[in-house]
Amino acid sequence: MRLVESVLAGDRLALARLLSMIENQEEDGFKALAALYPRTGQAHIIGVTGAPGTGKSTLVNRLVKRLRSFTAAGEKDPSKVGVVAVDPSSPFSGGAILGDRIRMRDLAGDPGVFVRSMASRGALGGLANTTGGVVQALDAAGFDVILIETVGAGQAEVDIARTAHTTVVVTTPGMGDEVQAIKAGILEIADILVVNKADLPGAENAMRGLQVMLEMGRHTNSNLGEQNLDVEPAWRVPVLATVSTEGQGFDTLLDSIIQHRDYLHNSGEWDVRERERQRAALDALIHERLRKRFLESQPYGKFEEVLQKVVARELSPWQAVGELLKEEDAE
Amino acid sequence: MTEKRIRVLIAKPGLDGHDRGAKVVARALRDAGMEVIYTGLRQTPEMIAEAALQEDVDVVGLSILSGAHMALVPRVLDILKGQDQDQVRVFIGGIIPDEDVEKLHAMGVAAVFGPGTRTQDIVEAIENTVKAAGIRA
Repeated sequence: MRLVESVLAGDRLALARLLSMIENQEEDGFKALAALYPRTGQAHIIGVTGAPGTGKSTLVNRLVKRLRSFTAAGEKDPSKVGVVAVDPSSPFSGGAILGDRIRMRDLAGDPGVFVRSMASRGALGGLANTTGGVVQALDAAGFDVILIETVGAGQAEVDIARTAHTTVVVTTPGMGDEVQAIKAGILEIADILVVNKADLPGAENAMRGLQVMLEMGRHTNSNLGEQNLDVEPAWRVPVLATVSTEGQGFDTLLDSIIQHRDYLHNSGEWDVRERERQRAALDALIHERLRKRFLESQPYGKFEEVLQKVVARELSPWQAVGELLKEEDAE
Repeated sequence: MTEKRIRVLIAKPGLDGHDRGAKVVARALRDAGMEVIYTGLRQTPEMIAEAALQEDVDVVGLSILSGAHMALVPRVLDILKGQDQDQVRVFIGGIIPDEDVEKLHAMGVAAVFGPGTRTQDIVEAIENTVKAAGIRA
């Protein structure tokens, strides 16, 4: 396939086209991905998530600049970095305004960086359904580090943890008390916690609150897992302070990211996560394919007919699903 | 949701700092179901072409109020062409004197929208242009 060869040869226009084909779920895009698939699995995939306005894009911008100015021991060049920035689609028109590039203007003109904006297209977990495929394409195209910036996420948008190797959760001073911090969800998925805008008042309080939350989490986990409380956890989630607009704290952040990658490799956790990543991806694909197959198998108008009965309170939603699926089983 | 959506890059080249118009247009295109990549102020032609390439857009919309359009637009068009992005259609919005509108058309600009243009007209012009360009190979 010409497209695959061009992508592997570093043709950026070909890569951009391939990413569109994957986003649009075109058959040729999936064929190209299949051909590229053996080349994937090389990149360190880093997720950056957090509530809207916490400064995710600015942090990504800084982090990429930092990555590009640094050559790891034993490497010839700095890492090539791909960025996938996801913003929400309008639930009404299906359109979207993708504004993450506004904060990433410093990355222009660097041939070792490729930034792609994606609309979530109806997916609710903070990513688009095809974000995984886009990341695979960038991986195969030779990007060593891939940063995924999620939709501004509050509490339940945790898909990123199933897509990335290292998840960075960004928060800011004044985001709420410790009860917010012990609710389930986004803080639980953090491998690294960042208090951004740390030049604002309350930064130290926010960091302390997060530390306390992490300590509590350690103890409850230990109780459940019959572990000795004195045993140090394999990975201690660091709580870091950054000021993205000024570039403060990025040496430490980069160190933590590299330490986490090394930890994943040394502990065997990398393989565990890789397996879970693939499991989640397969699961999502099966889900989508089955749903599509089911809807296509329905006689024309059947869904609307059953929906009408639900609206009229003649059927409960559960009974309605039973009725719809019965038809399919009978075929 | 597997259908292809029209992707538009909205950019402000040059040094003027007024982006209300660009934001209004971006919002209208979003409401028409398009995916709009908004890049913000003070973009160089090189930055615009690079963003258009990485984002694989169908359309670039340039908002120019500074009067520098005769310098900026040809530069954007040249770079797009040099990158094999000939298929990308370029629209201009802003304050453009009538005598320049024709010159811009001759260079290959798809349309120029002045003050007072209805956003619906911009939406339709983009939809028609992308439709006319057909499904890309």
